[in-house]
Amino acid sequence: MMQRKAVIRVTSKLLIPFILLFALYVQWHGDFGPGGGFQAGVIFGAGFILYGLIYGVKQARQVIPAWLTRLVLALGVILYAAVGYVGLFMGGRFLNYSVLASTPTGGQHIGILLVELGVGMTVAAAMITIFFAFAGQEEEEHGAEWD
Amino acid sequence: MAVLALTLARIRNMYAVVMLTGIYSLLGAALYVILDAVDVAFTEAAVGAGMSTVLMIGTLALTSDREKVVSSAKTRRALFLVAITGAVLIYGTLDMPRYGDPAAPIHHHVVPRYIEESGKEVGLPNVVTSVLASYRGYDTMGEAFVIFTAAAGVLALIGRSRRRRRPDEEEGTGAKASGGGPAS
Repeated sequence: MMQRKAVIRVTSKLLIPFILLFALYVQWHGDFGPGGGFQAGVIFGAGFILYGLIYGVKQARQVIPAWLTRLVLALGVILYAAVGYVGLFMGGRFLNYSVLASTPTGGQHIGILLVELGVGMTVAAAMITIFFAFAGQEEEEHGAEWD
Repeated sequence: MAVLALTLARIRNMYAVVMLTGIYSLLGAALYVILDAVDVAFTEAAVGAGMSTVLMIGTLALTSDREKVVSSAKTRRALFLVAITGAVLIYGTLDMPRYGDPAAPIHHHVVPRYIEESGKEVGLPNVVTSVLASYRGYDTMGEAFVIFTAAAGVLALIGRSRRRRRPDEEEGTGAKASGGGPAS
């Protein structure tokens, strides 16, 4: 069943690294061009979802186990809130990044980078979680992988 | 886009509907690019055209690909309600400023400050990012929590029922396998 789709398998294997790389570019380059954590998270999640679509949920789950996506899902929002609290404890207001570094703009830069990373982590994990929740059901019911 | 929307309403094959919805989102993304909202276009293309199409196909695999046709007084009442809502919404747009009008209130409230000061205050060339992540940090955190909640909700609805169904299917084993450990 899986062997017949050689073209799709090879192309996706070629594409997935670039999808993930592009997601990272969008993530870290969001300050300078269009994009940011949300878009990067979706693209990063899409890379894994493509893998899951083609190789089946079981194999994809070996790459990213369920506990990992759940952990990242929670870590993302925790990171976001933690950046807010760090600013609070360093003498600023909640989510005021200016106090995070010696200069206000430097602090803003660090804060935005971390916050966007938190958003990206949560979004990517959420996309992967939702997709595998649906796809996993499908496998349960038909007892076979996606074809 | 209007032609697509009308076709969508007529078609009964759900796979075609999903595909057309994806095309609709892609056209929407193109429209955002024309309006110079590249960030929004990016999101629309990734989420609207890509992710939701995949998720809808996943849902279709679980359910049926044919739409059940109901035609009764209920649909007519719904059409009436939708028509009224649409008319009210269109009426609401009538006193909105023209697109690109420099006197529009949106160009006078906080936007000039964002555009002029964010370079000095935040130091990022992309104003959209500094507004989203810094000036509107609370909002973005709320969004992140919304996404977290959505994924948690899906897990609670679908992720668990999968594990619960298993002991029911193999009733002979009994023992109801290990209660509710979160690890799987």
